[in-house]
Amino acid sequence: MYSLRSWRNNKLSHKKQKQMQIKSKLTVENKLSITGWFFILPATLLIFAMSFYPMFKALYMSFRTGIGVNMEWAGLYNFTRMLKDKIFMQSVRNNFFYLIIQVPIMLVLAITLASILNNPKLKYKGLFRILLFLPCATPLVAYSVIFRSLFAIDGYFNTILLNFGILSKAYNFLGHPTSAKIVIIIALIWRWTGYNIVFYLAGLQNIDPSIYEAVKLEGASKFQTFFSITAPLLKPMILLTSIMSINGTLQLFDESVNLTAGGPANASITMSHYIYNLSFKYVPNFGYAAALSYVILLLVAFLALIQMKVVDVRD
Amino acid sequence: MSVININKKTKSTQSLGVGTYTFLIVAVILSVFPLFWMVIAATNKSVDVISGTLIPGSNLATNYKNLIGSTNLWQAMWNSFKYAGIMTVLSLLVCSIAGYGFEIYHDKHKDRLFSFLLLAMMIPFAAVMIPLYQMVSEYGLLNSTAGFVLPTISTPFLIMLFRQNSRSFPHEIIDAARIDGLSEIGIFIRIYIPTQKAVFAAAVTVVFMNGWNNYLWPKIIMQSNDSISMPMLIAGLQSGYVTDYGVLMLSVLFCILPMLIIFFAMQRYFTQGITGSIK
Repeated sequence: MYSLRSWRNNKLSHKKQKQMQIKSKLTVENKLSITGWFFILPATLLIFAMSFYPMFKALYMSFRTGIGVNMEWAGLYNFTRMLKDKIFMQSVRNNFFYLIIQVPIMLVLAITLASILNNPKLKYKGLFRILLFLPCATPLVAYSVIFRSLFAIDGYFNTILLNFGILSKAYNFLGHPTSAKIVIIIALIWRWTGYNIVFYLAGLQNIDPSIYEAVKLEGASKFQTFFSITAPLLKPMILLTSIMSINGTLQLFDESVNLTAGGPANASITMSHYIYNLSFKYVPNFGYAAALSYVILLLVAFLALIQMKVVDVRD
Repeated sequence: MSVININKKTKSTQSLGVGTYTFLIVAVILSVFPLFWMVIAATNKSVDVISGTLIPGSNLATNYKNLIGSTNLWQAMWNSFKYAGIMTVLSLLVCSIAGYGFEIYHDKHKDRLFSFLLLAMMIPFAAVMIPLYQMVSEYGLLNSTAGFVLPTISTPFLIMLFRQNSRSFPHEIIDAARIDGLSEIGIFIRIYIPTQKAVFAAAVTVVFMNGWNNYLWPKIIMQSNDSISMPMLIAGLQSGYVTDYGVLMLSVLFCILPMLIIFFAMQRYFTQGITGSIK
């Protein structure tokens, strides 16, 4: 009697144990998964609250109009209004002017310098590297102020040009529409070339040196080598840096505010600067400003999409 | 054009030619000159700066006296340190644990969520700044550190940086630690963090620099004079009608100096932090 029961009990508990094992394995995995959710929760909530939610709120606001808190539904009014807004159209043109001229010059310069820095025969490599990276440790406002002072009417470059007799009268670089924009471009190239060199160096270091040896044996010139080996292998980096640069150029703010103050007469103003003025400098019109900000958002998304498509086609 | 010339020369001599070095040295001079000029200007009288001097002057003390006389320099320096410092600590805390979580406990849902969060990287700040401003002022966080840090504590870039670096973290160590009875959070704090010093250093460099350099956001929410940051201070100085270049460049020097110290001390991590999660 006793033994039978204990045998049954044993068998039962064995079954139970097995079930429990499966169950506990499941709960361990569940537990780990839940722990994982807790780990990612704060960061996720913050991104939703501080990026996605405001983004949709701005979209909602872009269909409303009014001053301060007195807002009412306006349909597409803000979007038709912007087409007639001369300053905004000027700011869009300016952003594209900076983009089209500055980004290619800077990226070519960065690739060239990176491939020189990557050459194993180069002496004082570390020193050259530090000095070329130096500008990207400079705060944006700080370099804007430095360049404004260098190009001011009583600034260093005017003094030098006058002393050498190249100019007979100081030239107001920041006072003419074209030269003001060119000064911004020069400043941007100065600030960001080193930053892009970092990326290209990282990309170049991933290329196996034996490929170069092989191509060398076949008698390819350095120029050929660059276009047949280096450039294709750097393509992911080129894509990444151009998306980042496009993204950054479309959002320019600090330079427009502190280097040229958007001037002369809004000739060099950027979209972000104008949106800032509309929201926080003039009588605030958040609805209209939000509509304009969506132009930047769509441009950034659209250009990034094109960029990826173009690269895909070439593959 | 210069590319072609240099390459021809290097080919003919089989080592790096004079052309390459000349090109490189010109690039270095152009890259250093504005900073060099700024340091020189900070030590000179404004009239000497205008006359184009490139020699260190003896007006540094006077410039400093004028600077602290006309601005709240040390208040702004302290504010900038406070904003960037607290942002760095919080940002690393939140993003490192998230990056670790996304990788170590990854499953289909978490991977999808992560791809979705990455989209936030493409949102321009201009498109969120007005609602953010309204939120911050609604909760009474204008002029506060909390208002400054909230929008940028959690960034997809930083989460990605930690996620990517958790990939090479060996699972056997985690299993062994579990058998030893360490809790999941214990594994993260006691085992993961100590082995990831390089990643944390890179993240510190990037986040601190971003916090220090930020201009648009503090310009919007820091409305009282006591709460302004360094970039706001120098921007305010130059907007006056008569510019004292010596004083202005000294303020710029104060704003740049902490960045340069970090840059030189953390050089290796700096480049790691920039390239971050690509590889």
